[in-house]
Amino acid sequence: MPLRIYGHLVAAKTRADFQYRTSFFLYLASQTLISFADMVVVLILFTQVSSIASWSRSQVLFLYALSGIGFGLADLFISQVGLVSRHIKAGTFDQFLLRPLGALWQLSALEFAPRRAGRAVQPVIVLAVILPALDVQWTPVKVALVPITVVCGAVIFGAVWVTASSLAFYLVNSQELANSFTYGGSFLTQYPIDILGPWLRRFFTFAVPLAFVCYFPAAYIVDQPLPESIPSWFSFAAPVIALASVVVARALWRLGIRHYRSTGS
Amino acid sequence: MTANDRDPAIELRDVSKTFRVAHKKGRVRRGLREVVAVDDISLAIERGSIVGYIGPNGAGKSTTIKMLTGILVPSSGQVRVDRLDPSRARLEVTRRIGVVFGQRSQLWWDLPLRDSFSLLRHVYRVPGPRHQENLDRFVELLDMAEFVDVPVRQLSLGQRMRGELAAAILHDPTILFLDEPTIGLDVVSKEAVRRFLIELNRERHTTVLLTTHDLADVERLCERLIIIDHGTVIEDGTVADIKERYGTERTVVIDLDQPSVPLTVAGTEVVRIDGPRQWLRFRRADTTAAAVVAAVAEQADVRDLTVDEPEIDDIVRHIYQASR
Amino acid sequence: MRPYWEVARRTFHKMTTYRGATFAGAFTNTVFGLLSAYILLAVYAQRPSINGYDAVDAVTFTFVVQGLLMVVSVFGDTEIADRIKSGDVVIDLYRPIDYQGYWLAERYGKAAFYAIFRGIPPLIVGALVFDLRFPTSVSTWLAFLLSTALAVAVGFGWGFLLQLTAFWILDVRGPNQLGWVIAQFLAGMFIPLFLFPAWLMAIARALPFASILQLPAETFLGKHEGADLVGVLAIQAVWAIVLIGAGRLVLARAVRRVVVQGG
Ligand SMILES: Nc1ncnc2c1ncn2[C@@H]1O[C@H](COP(=O)(O)OP(=O)(O)O)[C@@H](O)[C@H]1O
Ligand SMILES: [Mg+2]
Repeated sequence: MPLRIYGHLVAAKTRADFQYRTSFFLYLASQTLISFADMVVVLILFTQVSSIASWSRSQVLFLYALSGIGFGLADLFISQVGLVSRHIKAGTFDQFLLRPLGALWQLSALEFAPRRAGRAVQPVIVLAVILPALDVQWTPVKVALVPITVVCGAVIFGAVWVTASSLAFYLVNSQELANSFTYGGSFLTQYPIDILGPWLRRFFTFAVPLAFVCYFPAAYIVDQPLPESIPSWFSFAAPVIALASVVVARALWRLGIRHYRSTGS
Repeated sequence: MTANDRDPAIELRDVSKTFRVAHKKGRVRRGLREVVAVDDISLAIERGSIVGYIGPNGAGKSTTIKMLTGILVPSSGQVRVDRLDPSRARLEVTRRIGVVFGQRSQLWWDLPLRDSFSLLRHVYRVPGPRHQENLDRFVELLDMAEFVDVPVRQLSLGQRMRGELAAAILHDPTILFLDEPTIGLDVVSKEAVRRFLIELNRERHTTVLLTTHDLADVERLCERLIIIDHGTVIEDGTVADIKERYGTERTVVIDLDQPSVPLTVAGTEVVRIDGPRQWLRFRRADTTAAAVVAAVAEQADVRDLTVDEPEIDDIVRHIYQASR
Repeated sequence: MRPYWEVARRTFHKMTTYRGATFAGAFTNTVFGLLSAYILLAVYAQRPSINGYDAVDAVTFTFVVQGLLMVVSVFGDTEIADRIKSGDVVIDLYRPIDYQGYWLAERYGKAAFYAIFRGIPPLIVGALVFDLRFPTSVSTWLAFLLSTALAVAVGFGWGFLLQLTAFWILDVRGPNQLGWVIAQFLAGMFIPLFLFPAWLMAIARALPFASILQLPAETFLGKHEGADLVGVLAIQAVWAIVLIGAGRLVLARAVRRVVVQGG
């Protein structure tokens, strides 16, 4: 969808949301608070121990920041796709197929919720504070890897969101299932994925590639060893994984749309 | 693109749509049942025509329209809208068609109509001057000046539906699909909608396919009528044709000089008497109106007489019953 | 009591029709339980015991909490708020059944359903994957049930207050969400309160939210016995009464205002 049209639609939605101002600001606050709480959890855990899976507090906060920004971006721009399940149930998904724009981008624009911007606030602050505090010999590669990781992380999260939401075309109540991969993924990626048992770790590396969101690249940046079975180039594979995830998500979404059955009157 | 005017605007070839629906089998078990919503329909609709697509509830009208508009993919058969397959070239087709579902809204609930229109202008990338021209014309034709600046949620159903209609055609579609556009409307709004459609068709040769339960819509708007039931076409012809074919019974209403015993005229039956007025029904196969009038004139003094044309309502009800 | 029982029973039955959603929800609870458990285990890899809770306690706690989330409704409802917004609340108030009592009964109907269909599955999966600590005596099970029942009332009281904001603002999702995020954190949903530093734990324990998740989960682990247990249940009961009582007062106020001003 051309950016200008997207902008117009988002602006309209924002204007409409602003009519409920009090609620809007409270919601914004709650979104900010959620990611703040995630950070507080990390801080609390580190009052009890000095490392988690050999990662130090600043290293885990670095993960938190990368994951939080990536997730925040995906939450702001893509998570609206989760609402497809509600539109399908109500039969209102029809309208998205009647306009000359991709249904996914329409959902993203028409259900845009500016309050979700709150999600990324805390992680951005943490990143700004933690980067200088990290005990890292910065090289050009490491420096470049930070923004690349954030962008690829957002893309992978977005692809997971779209893939999981495509289920809605087949299963009536898939939104909650989708949540376990999206919100669950956000929770998971804040920690070194090494802490999972071997099976779950493999699952989140090869099936739902959340380990590439920040764990693998961050491990390279902060000089943490990867788990034994993982080749070291995985730290740089995020762009490829992101691209592949998008291809898969896009195909499944389109397939889903062809299965859309609307509702009988 | 050289659109050949001879090509039909809309074409269905052997189109079927089947839904698998869950149904209860006892308390716990559930089974799947196939519902054939559209069953092997073939038809073509000429450019520039207004066609009524009618049938009882559940006949498959909405399902047909959803296939034509790219919402549903047919289970089998071919659909062509302006020579394109809506399920393959959906985005392209959306630019050429306008759609209104009477029970749904495509307007922005919290924004004034005018804002919805302007958003749609961006969505369809209509050039500014053209948009303004259309908007002015539609506001005038649909009498919307009073409420274009009111948030949609505060509009009456009739006002909203006029807005929906304008929203559906601001991008100059050549084909317009209307699924029960007059449902629930007051008389004034219904009339506004009908006048507008006639005007639109006359001015721009927009092809209109319309479903409705209000046969006054059909009588006012449509040259051609397609009647479906159980997913198949059971009648297809001009409104006059269908009246001709099915209007087998007519009624002569006669005002006599003074009240009289029921008249006896061969081939007719007196179905009602009200003072000096009598209703004589006859089958066309048996006699003609002229013969009836002549026969009556011999028996009594006739003040006045009218011949009731068969009502499309009655005919359609009759056709539905026959198909059951 | 009869009508309330009926309301609860019907709600329970209504819930049984949402099978797909229930399954999906139980799946999500289980996934979050697994993820939290691994994080806690990574923490406990460094220390055998924290504030008297060992790794098995912590992992068990996680799955109990996941099972309780829907029972005590920590994501909030908007049904009451919707009826306030639509004005239907005025009709509801004239029913011969107590308004708040009706919704509490409805909540208990849901709670019973969720306890079975969303509480048990995460525990079973948790027990298959990890070593969990289940209550060993009938009295502990009973104490846990009672504590959970009180937790439902406390959660209801808080949610009811949040939804009453609908009398003052048009869209309650904001306050609802904000109120519940705070409650979730202080109830021990993100991490158990026993991992909190002492000062923060003291604050959390002094607030009503600990009664919603932390206290029933502790009871499940058998951390409270005898007089201590009675004390815990008493705290929960007091918070239930305070919050529900506050809801009553606010409702009465708001209704008077609505009736006087004619909505
Ligand atoms: N999305 C759907 N899922 C299941 N059955 C449907 C669906 N849409 C329509 N049907 C069924 O197909 C038949 C035709 O429906 P429809 O096209 O809506 O009829 P009409 O518009 O003529 O009233 C009905 O039996 C209806 O129940
Ligand atoms: Mg229909």
